[in-house]
Amino acid sequence: MVQLLDQHGVRHPHPEYEVHLGADELLGLYRDMVLLRRFDSEAEALQRKGELGLWAGSRGQEAAQVGAGRATRRHDHVFPSYRDHGAVLTRDIDPLHILSIFRGIDHGGWDPVATGVHPYTLVIAAQMLPAVGYAMGVQRDGAVGTGDPARDTAVVTYFGDGATSQGEAAEALNWASVFNAPVVFVCQNNQWAISEPVARQSTVPLHRRAEGAGMPGVLVDGNDVLAVLAVVGAALERARSGGGPTFVEAYTFRMGAHTTSDDPTRYRLAAEVDAWREKDPIDRFRTYLTGEGILDEEFETRLATESEQLAERLRAGVAAMTDPEPAAMFDHAYAEPHPQVLAERDEFLAAWEQHDAELHAHAGGVA
Amino acid sequence: METMAIGKAINAGLRAAMDRDPRVLLMGEDIGALGGVFRVTDGLQKDFGEDRVIDTPLAEAGIVGTAIGMALRGFRPVCEIQFNGFVYPAFNQITTQLAKLRARSRGRLTLPVVIRIPSGGGIGSVEHHSESPEVLFAHTAGLRVVAPSDPHDAYWMIQQSIASADPVLFLEPERRYWQKGEVDTDLAPGQVAPLHKARVLRAGTDATLVAYGPTTKLALDAAAAAAEDGTDLEVVDLRSISPLDVDTVAESVRRTGRLVTVSEAPTFHGPMAELASRIQESCFYSLEAPVKRVGGYHLPYPVARAEEHYLPTLDRVLDAVEQSLAA
Ligand SMILES: Cc1ncc(C[n+]2csc(CCOP(=O)(O)OP(=O)(O)O)c2C)c(N)n1
Repeated sequence: MVQLLDQHGVRHPHPEYEVHLGADELLGLYRDMVLLRRFDSEAEALQRKGELGLWAGSRGQEAAQVGAGRATRRHDHVFPSYRDHGAVLTRDIDPLHILSIFRGIDHGGWDPVATGVHPYTLVIAAQMLPAVGYAMGVQRDGAVGTGDPARDTAVVTYFGDGATSQGEAAEALNWASVFNAPVVFVCQNNQWAISEPVARQSTVPLHRRAEGAGMPGVLVDGNDVLAVLAVVGAALERARSGGGPTFVEAYTFRMGAHTTSDDPTRYRLAAEVDAWREKDPIDRFRTYLTGEGILDEEFETRLATESEQLAERLRAGVAAMTDPEPAAMFDHAYAEPHPQVLAERDEFLAAWEQHDAELHAHAGGVA
Repeated sequence: METMAIGKAINAGLRAAMDRDPRVLLMGEDIGALGGVFRVTDGLQKDFGEDRVIDTPLAEAGIVGTAIGMALRGFRPVCEIQFNGFVYPAFNQITTQLAKLRARSRGRLTLPVVIRIPSGGGIGSVEHHSESPEVLFAHTAGLRVVAPSDPHDAYWMIQQSIASADPVLFLEPERRYWQKGEVDTDLAPGQVAPLHKARVLRAGTDATLVAYGPTTKLALDAAAAAAEDGTDLEVVDLRSISPLDVDTVAESVRRTGRLVTVSEAPTFHGPMAELASRIQESCFYSLEAPVKRVGGYHLPYPVARAEEHYLPTLDRVLDAVEQSLAA
């Protein structure tokens, strides 16, 4: 397992993977992770207050998501699952867009074309094949292996340990390999697929699935942000230069529940959670940065303020969210006119106006 | 005017679309050197290269799933599913991703993907080579489902499907691939009927016969046979199952007062059930008889030696017409 920073925050050299970052970049990664955790806990609180219908938390997976996300370049393209908030936020997407999905007013308000981030999908593994196809399109556009960093493009797709069991995941790996597509598969093995342990998904370590498909499979400490950045960064570079796909297994742990509807005490032991708490990705990075004299109290104080401001912005932003216009649901099912949908829209609008008029008449009567 | 078979017409349509737009590419199993098991893509890889006519791994979810990604990158992929019964492994990608990404992205993502499926039976084949899956896709919002019935339509409708910004399921009548007819390849875009419009193939006064894809020829044959007995049937070819051009059928039914539908798809919960329901709604007072449906049974497609009993036959269609006229 590739590790650059052990669980005590001690830095170790690695013969193959290295990162050379300045203090600002290191602090940037730390800030990303701290803000992501605050985002996650605030979202959970908002769900508890009934402001969100559901929340799929990312606590414990900050290093895997931020490390991989920060390894991408602006014009790379990202195909996430539904828990990859950290990876998505590194693409400068407004966190309120993510919350709008879980509030149920949008399927993801960001522009997938402008941001290079595909909408979340809740269907396990379904994003992987489109990611491979997109990468094949990149190939056909000649945006691979030109040596020009402004042109060479990679695709990254995120999925969980459970997703590797889907048939489509096997197709995606094989397909990418057969076509040498510039795609990086980032599997966050967070040990659980709702209540099923990874042992129920596979009897071989997940990264070894890559062997069968004919691509390198790398196991990386998913709680070590530097190692993830180095490994995913190298894989992306390989993809961009025409070297083909890589499978990265980021070995990590979901600290919280699967979603706010889940009760993990029914299937996992507190001891397991406690053992992983020792490996917390943020704690170990803080220890390292403090030891190196990179992180000081002033930065921590500023970051704490920034976290509070973020939380405040999230609360206010969610409170200000309005439900979509009812007839908007008819707007984008088809690009070109579809007479049946248009007829149903008219029918809906007529009924809605009638209902509205009755409501107003009723309100008038009371007043 | 050129005379060609339906299979050849689709080939010519694909070629024209690929010539016109370098972003059009084909994906499927055996579509390259072999030209597809029905030879519909014959010669295209030789002329457009392996990057545009892609022989894929044997994985239907893979074909549709990666076509989605290609479309997101600005390509216009045309997928070939080798046989109707093998589209089911791709069902997830078609229904949860392809059909819905436009709505889910509020119109920011466009998915001009065509999925060609040899459809229907009558070729004496083994299991899963003869199915009519159209209603599964017609019932999935976000998709268009069309079915040409003659070479001229095949030639133009494949090009219109590729040009469409929406995903289109393009159902090719597999037992009619060799049916020949005239194709006018010189029309301007405005001279071609819109993809979603039904067309009246034969005017008549006594009853309306509606069909699409492989049963359109059967409906025409039935009308010719009925004419010998002095019955004058109008024949409408739907061409599109989603959307459904109810207006054209309703106009016809208002004149004839009677409707008989013909499809290979099972009648139970089938596409013609939808048409019948809409016609009762819009033509209740014009109808002289209940709408009759002739189609497949609610059964797994039978063995080849029994398919003649499963598929609508001339006699079944004429019986239904007789019942309609007697009512
Ligand atoms: C095709 C499909 N089957 C079942 C589900 C229900 N489901 C949602 S999340 C989940 C577990 C997924 O586990 P994993 O891939 O490890 O990702 P994680 O949630 O741990 O990030 C399941 C079974 C689904 N969303 N999609």
